[in-house]
Amino acid sequence: MVEVGVEYTRVSEIRGPLLIVEGVSRASFDELVEVETTDGIKRLGKVLEVGQGKAVIQVFEGTTGLSVKGTRARFLGKTMEVPVSQELLGRVFDGLGRPIDGLPEPIAEEFRDVNGAPINPERREYPRDFIQTGVSVIDGMLTLVRGQKLPIFSGSGMPHNVLAAQIARQATVVGSGEEFAVVFAAIGVQYSEAQYFKRSLEESGALRRSTLFLNLADDPAIERIITPRVALTVAEYLAFDLNMHVLVILTDMTNYAEALREISAAREEVPGRKGYPGYLYTDLATIYERAGRIKSVKGSITQMPILSMPADDITHPIPDLTGYITEGQIVLSRDLFRRDIYPPVGVLMSLSRLMKDGVGEGKTRADHMEVSNQLYDAYARAQEVRALSEIVGKAGLTGVDLKYLDFGDAFEQQFLKQAVDENRTLEETLRRAWDVLSTLPEGELTKIKEVHIKKHYRAKAG
Amino acid sequence: MVARGRIVWISGPAVKADGMSEAKMYETVYVGESRLIGEVIRLTGDTAFIQVYESTSGLKPGEPVMGTGNPLSVLLGPGMIGRIYDGIQRPLDDIAKQSGAFISRGIAVDPVDKRRRYRFVPTVKVGDDIEPGSKLGEVNETQLIKHHIMLPPDSPGGRVIAVEKEGEYDLEHPIATLEKNGKRYEAKMYHYWPVRRPRPLKEKLDPEIPLITGQRVIDTLFPVAKGGTAAIPGGFGTGKTVTMHQIAKWADAQVVIYIGCGERGNEMTEVLVEFPHLTDPRSGRPLMERTVLVANTSNMPVAAREASIYTGVTMGEYYRDMGYDVVLVADSTSRWAEALREMSGRLEEMPAEEGYPSYLASRLAEFYERAGRGIALGTPERIGSVTLIGAVSPSGADFTEPVTTHTIRFIKTFWGLDTRLAYSRHYPAINWMISYSGYVNSIAKWWMKNVSEEWFRLREEGYYILQREDTLKEIVRLLGPEALPDEEKLVLEVARMIKIGILQQAAFDKIDTYCSPMKQLKLLRLMVGFYREAQKALKAGISLADIRSMQIITRMLKAKFEISEEEISRIDALYNEMVEEFKALTAKEVKQVVG
Repeated sequence: MVEVGVEYTRVSEIRGPLLIVEGVSRASFDELVEVETTDGIKRLGKVLEVGQGKAVIQVFEGTTGLSVKGTRARFLGKTMEVPVSQELLGRVFDGLGRPIDGLPEPIAEEFRDVNGAPINPERREYPRDFIQTGVSVIDGMLTLVRGQKLPIFSGSGMPHNVLAAQIARQATVVGSGEEFAVVFAAIGVQYSEAQYFKRSLEESGALRRSTLFLNLADDPAIERIITPRVALTVAEYLAFDLNMHVLVILTDMTNYAEALREISAAREEVPGRKGYPGYLYTDLATIYERAGRIKSVKGSITQMPILSMPADDITHPIPDLTGYITEGQIVLSRDLFRRDIYPPVGVLMSLSRLMKDGVGEGKTRADHMEVSNQLYDAYARAQEVRALSEIVGKAGLTGVDLKYLDFGDAFEQQFLKQAVDENRTLEETLRRAWDVLSTLPEGELTKIKEVHIKKHYRAKAG
Repeated sequence: MVARGRIVWISGPAVKADGMSEAKMYETVYVGESRLIGEVIRLTGDTAFIQVYESTSGLKPGEPVMGTGNPLSVLLGPGMIGRIYDGIQRPLDDIAKQSGAFISRGIAVDPVDKRRRYRFVPTVKVGDDIEPGSKLGEVNETQLIKHHIMLPPDSPGGRVIAVEKEGEYDLEHPIATLEKNGKRYEAKMYHYWPVRRPRPLKEKLDPEIPLITGQRVIDTLFPVAKGGTAAIPGGFGTGKTVTMHQIAKWADAQVVIYIGCGERGNEMTEVLVEFPHLTDPRSGRPLMERTVLVANTSNMPVAAREASIYTGVTMGEYYRDMGYDVVLVADSTSRWAEALREMSGRLEEMPAEEGYPSYLASRLAEFYERAGRGIALGTPERIGSVTLIGAVSPSGADFTEPVTTHTIRFIKTFWGLDTRLAYSRHYPAINWMISYSGYVNSIAKWWMKNVSEEWFRLREEGYYILQREDTLKEIVRLLGPEALPDEEKLVLEVARMIKIGILQQAAFDKIDTYCSPMKQLKLLRLMVGFYREAQKALKAGISLADIRSMQIITRMLKAKFEISEEEISRIDALYNEMVEEFKALTAKEVKQVVG
């Protein structure tokens, strides 16, 4: 029925990343297309729209050098697929999944559609295994659990990659010796950033358990539409077929969204906010929702997408829509970064939605959730007092307010701040949390139950 | 005659087909060889625009399109409670049986198991002349839900010719035969109803009974009535979903319809995992025995997301017609609006604001108009309600965007979530200065009759303190707190106590997650009482510093989670202790003055 490799040569228009072919009678929606230039160079693309003898093709590697005359489009009768196998671990590929480490093509166990399929919510396993990252602010207040999707919202120049690499190196589930893997997708990032990540994995010995997909800043922009999907298809295979716990890092999703906008503009679609297409939310969801756990399958996909907020603006459509899909967000703060506090996590804007299910008695510690709530509450108050003291001076503050000023400093210096290679246990994180909470009078701890206060609170003299 | 056409054009979920002159607007059609389900949304000549409820990947021009002659409908009958459906009422567990952990396409499954037998008890007898919508009998659907078997509202009604006696029957078994104008027809335990058509009521009634949600800021400050409408807009991370879950868990309704519309998969899983283990505080039965889930997560096909809202509300109206109070929560209506926008864009319609179609407002109005309390058609008399609560996810947390501004026009209770409150972990982050309820006066009678005469006055006093604090905060921001006289500093102090001790509520704390109306009142009386006593004390010359350092304050603030519903009288004891402590303070002061 399907005729593989039907070839058409009647190109009527080339517009941005789009190629429009006429006289097409047997193309299907979403079909993979091989486009061949007059020089015999082959590129891949897919069908965005088909009908009335016309097919609109999006060319992943760009349309540069294509001409209306002589360009051939071959419809391959299938959607875009990637080969998957355990052999992909330890390898480096380009943004479309072709090896760039000088080694031969890996032998495929299977070919999988890069678009994946939605996980049936009825078959999902609710994520609740605490992942210890060794980073106090994350373990203590933004707990990550297996199968969660927790993005890092950053700004240009801030150390999001350093933090992501630290998490990739240090992340463990305490008391389990299960297999884990890292899938890293670079989406339009600079060579040096990708290289930093690769080196970091290498030094920790994790590279042989990692698969890297690199679409660098000078690689074709439209390829970025595919890169995260290729990475996630491989991750799904590792997690749900080979039972591994996979951490997927996607950086930088802003570049992805920009590529999507480019295509939308070329198709002359009605734009939503800031020129991004109205379906940006749905499109991002088809990436971010490919995380989680499945009933009676051991493996899991934990996603950590990184995106840089244009002009540090969290209300920009990309971070905004991402935040609506992901299960929380880690927001980096320019102010903390300037003050040389690493990791510069702006805790008040950050959140881990799945924390409540990953902490507490039997998982971490009985007081964990309440301690975290109290830290948030107190730090928010400390920030208010700081702002106030800038106007009225310290003299205008009450005694309790002054305590909150001290708390704010202690929190940032003793709890938040840590070294790039410092791996703290949860016990230590909570001990530090109680240390800084103990700078406040006992009566201020309104979010913590009496039993926990009796056990852990140690008032500071004065 | 049903339409048989051919696909001529495909772009994402939008498909054009020729040869469709027989098709009707909103008719359900099968698209392509794999019989994907779609719906006709525009007809031009013999070309039909179809929105397809499943992924169109791999679909080709030339493939067939077949009409069904019927508009998109849901099956209404016993067996829906406790299930999880996709946007077009396919049970997700049955889909999983066919396609595994990932959802594939073209799967045909019945919404309920039609072969399952229920014990039917008739409530009509041969010879009865009954109206459309009348009850024929009942079956036990779950331990909580007695499922009334009703004639469809669009049936002719008529005289009962035959009715089955009490016994076990499956859904396909005709349980009654009726005759009207010489025409005979059979009734089964289920019928179909088109989702886009509201089920009629005999008479609409005023909403005057509050929906008790067990959430203090909602019930005490901004209540919603049974049969009312509410919207809860908020940026991401402000706690929309947690609030929706809390309402689904604790609201005093008999049936809850939870629509996850374009939201996270894990959130639906959370409900599925959690609800069977949570018990309804009133009946002691698992919450799942009163819940129906409709899940069309963000990565599932966008057109089915549009339909999911209607699927859910139609099921809600059906249970309302049995005489139940139904709560429907839709999370999130913004994703539904985005689905409208996407289809509208593919149809190349002229956009209004931010690319949304011009009919966004009228669609929202139609949806919220399906809320209400009323008397069902037919006999015996049954009064039920559907309360509609919609989450809104405004882009950039900007409440001036189209979905929020249009929604506000059609709802009466508004819970505005505030990003700043959420950042300081004040949950639920419902901003008390921008939120409102149009039901306070109509439901006050219920509170005063069932809880306490004091309710209305205490609520006013408490709310007044919060409003004054808001004004005073401006001054503090400019001049610092020391610029205020003690009387006003006291307002700040008590407002803080109301915020921590009443408005903030920990959804994940065993005790704090649900707060009964009586406990809400007692906590409110405690804080307002403190304010009155403190005012007196200030007048008597006690310093504010002494009042602030009263030991009892911390205990008052923790009463919400340290005192459980069973020991609620401890709040009264705390109240008395507080009054005593003030007396002691004043006595000491008097002594000092005298001495």
